[in-house]
Amino acid sequence: MKTRIALMSAAVGALFAGAQTASADDLTLCWAAWDPANALIELSKDFEAKSGHTMSFEFVPWPNFADRMLNELNSGGQLCDLMIGDSQWIGGSAESGHYIKLNDFFEAEGITMDDFIPATVAGYSEWPKGTPNYWALPAFGDVVGWTYRKDWFEMPELQAEFSEKYGRELGVPETLAELKDIAEFFQGREIDGKTVYGAAIYTERGSEGITMGVTNALYNYGLTYGTADEPYKLDGVVNAPEVAEGLEFYKELYDCCTPPGSSDWYMSENIDAYKSGQVALQMNFAFIWPGVEADPNVGGGKSGYFPNPAGPGGHYAQLGGQGISVVSYSDSQDAALEYIKWFAQPEIQAKWWELGGYSALKAVVEDPDFATSQPYAQTFLDSMAIVKDFWAEPSYASLLLAMQDRVHDFVIAGNGTAQEALDGLVEDWTEVFEDDGKI
Amino acid sequence: MSNSAIERAAAATPPKLARRVRGLSDRAIAWIFVAPTIFLLLAVNIFPLIWTIRLSFTNYRVNRPNAEVEWVGLRNYQRILTDEDIWQTMQATAHFLIWTIVLQVLIGFALAWLINKKFRGDNFWTTIIVLPMMLSPAVVGNFWTFLYQPQIGLFNYVVSFFSGVDPSSFSMIGEVSLAPWAIVIVDTWMWTPFVMLICLAGLRSIPTSIYEAAECDRASPWRQFWTITVPMVLPFLMLAVLFRGIENFKMFDLVVQLTGGGPGSTTELTSINLKREAFEKWRTGYASAYAIILFVTVFGLASIYVKALNKVKER
Amino acid sequence: MSDFSVIAASRTQKWVAGTLVVGYAVITLLPLLWIIATGFKSPSDAIAYPPKIFFEPTLEGYVNLFTTRTRQTAEFLAANPPQTWYEEIVRKYDMVIAGPSRFGGRFMNSVIIGFVSTFLSVFLGTLAAYAFSRFRIPLKDDLMFFILSTRMMPPIAVAIPIFLMFRALGLSDTHAGMIMLYTAVNLSLAVWLLKGFIDEIPREYEEAALIDGYTRFQAFYKVVLPQAATGIASTAIFCLIFAWNEYAFAVLLTSGTAQTAPPFIPTIIGVGGQDWPAVAAGATIFLLPVVVFTILLRKHLLRGITFGAVRK
Repeated sequence: MKTRIALMSAAVGALFAGAQTASADDLTLCWAAWDPANALIELSKDFEAKSGHTMSFEFVPWPNFADRMLNELNSGGQLCDLMIGDSQWIGGSAESGHYIKLNDFFEAEGITMDDFIPATVAGYSEWPKGTPNYWALPAFGDVVGWTYRKDWFEMPELQAEFSEKYGRELGVPETLAELKDIAEFFQGREIDGKTVYGAAIYTERGSEGITMGVTNALYNYGLTYGTADEPYKLDGVVNAPEVAEGLEFYKELYDCCTPPGSSDWYMSENIDAYKSGQVALQMNFAFIWPGVEADPNVGGGKSGYFPNPAGPGGHYAQLGGQGISVVSYSDSQDAALEYIKWFAQPEIQAKWWELGGYSALKAVVEDPDFATSQPYAQTFLDSMAIVKDFWAEPSYASLLLAMQDRVHDFVIAGNGTAQEALDGLVEDWTEVFEDDGKI
Repeated sequence: MSNSAIERAAAATPPKLARRVRGLSDRAIAWIFVAPTIFLLLAVNIFPLIWTIRLSFTNYRVNRPNAEVEWVGLRNYQRILTDEDIWQTMQATAHFLIWTIVLQVLIGFALAWLINKKFRGDNFWTTIIVLPMMLSPAVVGNFWTFLYQPQIGLFNYVVSFFSGVDPSSFSMIGEVSLAPWAIVIVDTWMWTPFVMLICLAGLRSIPTSIYEAAECDRASPWRQFWTITVPMVLPFLMLAVLFRGIENFKMFDLVVQLTGGGPGSTTELTSINLKREAFEKWRTGYASAYAIILFVTVFGLASIYVKALNKVKER
Repeated sequence: MSDFSVIAASRTQKWVAGTLVVGYAVITLLPLLWIIATGFKSPSDAIAYPPKIFFEPTLEGYVNLFTTRTRQTAEFLAANPPQTWYEEIVRKYDMVIAGPSRFGGRFMNSVIIGFVSTFLSVFLGTLAAYAFSRFRIPLKDDLMFFILSTRMMPPIAVAIPIFLMFRALGLSDTHAGMIMLYTAVNLSLAVWLLKGFIDEIPREYEEAALIDGYTRFQAFYKVVLPQAATGIASTAIFCLIFAWNEYAFAVLLTSGTAQTAPPFIPTIIGVGGQDWPAVAAGATIFLLPVVVFTILLRKHLLRGITFGAVRK
């Protein structure tokens, strides 16, 4: 009897092992080339050990990411089995069938979207928005926030000078206007024998940079994408006079308080400028914060973090971040789903946060120790509470390109007025939606 | 010809193969030789061209496989030709085209003229000068963004060294007034040798006897330059301009790496604009019409130009 | 002859001309020398102000080019001392080498696609050029012009239908697709250049061979081919350089598996921004073969760049 059981278990074991080797796939995961991606390589070693599958990674730098990957998806390519695609791609990818729908899989595996931060579910997984149709699992929570030189803010002579000039203390700004004051205060100042500048902000033209930056001002001056009743109402909404004021604010900030030559900057340029001690403030996605903390020049308590400050029309911050999806052209969909199942486990998500990945799992971020686990953890939570995202329509690329063009032309090139730029934008967007038959 | 070598060669040919090809007439061989080339060019050039023409009358979009494709007639063409932004990109292209050609012709001709003085080591230095044009424009263009960086870039530093301007005070690819020149400078750097080589061939094709005759007539060097050198080199120069014109009208890799079309749309040349429409907005039908318009433009301009070139040659 | 002779320059004239040309050559070479130098700088030297002409050379750029690196905790680093010199370089930044980078693969793609497409276009081109040179073909001039006109299309315009065609045939991001495309694009150059070279070979050689009992085919490959060898070789180098440098098709039609080096090199980034020493190292490795080829090609350069329209 004993031998039989042993034999049987051996047979089952062999079968199992056989099945495992037979289905051992080489999965390719596609994402942007940035710090969190390196953390994901580390994290995924656990999956490789447990599943027997091997992982390959295709990471593309942000400025080329959308271009390359959407090209890959639209060409029906089989390069990527798993795609951590940007939040705005969800509409197009769902409607064109690039991603497989995950509802049945979630149900079968007991994964529920209630376990994730609502903003990330809405932002990264749902299409159409507001309906329980899921095309991705929230993978990386991200939001635009600000990093500042705490050590400079704490210099007594600067504090004294600041309060004399502005009549308040030099500290974390509550409003965008205050932020501009601080940037202006630091602009051109001599600190430790080096000329420093106010703020590094997003100005990049080629992909999505300046849009991801300027929206942080526009939302807080009252920009909404359509209205609650009319989701595609643009005229009088997108180009409302108060939104134009927000655009003017961004231009003023660019003109007065940014480093020379910062006319085409996005995430990596801002990091460089900040780490090399050129600027007092930088706008950037939260993903950079672990790297800032670890940096020999500006880390270890020299830096502080705060959410995007409020404006006259509200208090929002631009959502970043991505969900992880299975590409429908992949030959290894089952193994890819296995990866998502593994990734969704609470202990993996906890480790993800430890390695520098922003988990979107409630169990992780609502842990009582979370807010104090890192100096930026609380800022991350506060920021995630006020997020707003750009259009996620299937035509998002056309909408984005129009905005890049109009905004860059006004803010950086200095052509026309803010109102003209927004009027032009409404025209462009109307054309896109008309082509789509939405209006 | 040595008979023995040919006999040996004939003997070396496998008889089976020889028999098989011997039966073929010259005409058959001609077609067998030409057919694969024509077939491949039809498959990769003409068939796609016809497809593009067809697409240009539709609203097809690559990223909407499920949407219904509608026949829209000439609407795409009408929209493109009345779009102000597209005229702006045409203007940017014209600026780029005209200035690169002017600079390359002037510098290229001057260099060729100097090299033709046949100093010691002229061949070596000609090869050195030619190097930039053989390199990958994308890789080199990308590196030029580094050379153009304010403060740390070599270009800004060299300019400041000679002019005293602060190297961080200007940004070649960031400023609206400078960016169009930034791309002209790099293209001139890369392609002046091209014009130079062709001019050099032109200069060397002039028989010395003409100059000798002119010298007998006591024509001044200045006069010889304008009455002999320039007219004789002109057909060559015009050919160089034709090549540069077509190439720069198609310009994509170098400029997309340098400025990506920015700041604003200052350096958005037509090819870059077309790429945005076709591969970022995925408006396939619209972009197809755009492509056809560009193709007709290049083809038309080039044909007119070639006619002029032939007239100059005949003179 | 007088000092002002146009035919033979005087010593002074030669000296002035030489100085000007050498001056231009030095300036034109600066960016290339800067690429090579940057490849041997450390990241902080690369972005130093003012730019550093003298610096301590390091192989960091090359190490970063060929590896991927991840950050590690202090404990891990202490427990695993570096084994090799390149590990040691990376350790300065508290990182370890996680594996090879994708550069090697992309470089190999360039080599494979470049060489195979060159072989095919020269092979097909030689046959077609011979036929065009020796036989009476109806509409010959029109066909030759048609072959040339395929080069007038902007690559982006060609890429739109090619993208659709590749998608339908499953050729997106494959070596086969890129080889076919580059072969077709290079064919026009090959046919035009080779026709020029074959035109220059006297017909009498073949005619003698034909009289001696050679078939047309034998005459072609026993008599004409050896005569055209130099022309074929230089045509091949031109085709190779084109395929090697091509960017627009590569960036639009490949994403990974078959991606060549030109679209890849500009996307090499380090921690934070672009890793300029690594980019420069990649550029150096990539550009060097072309420099060598250019020197080899000196004599036929002009012919190649003008589609055989100008022959020296």
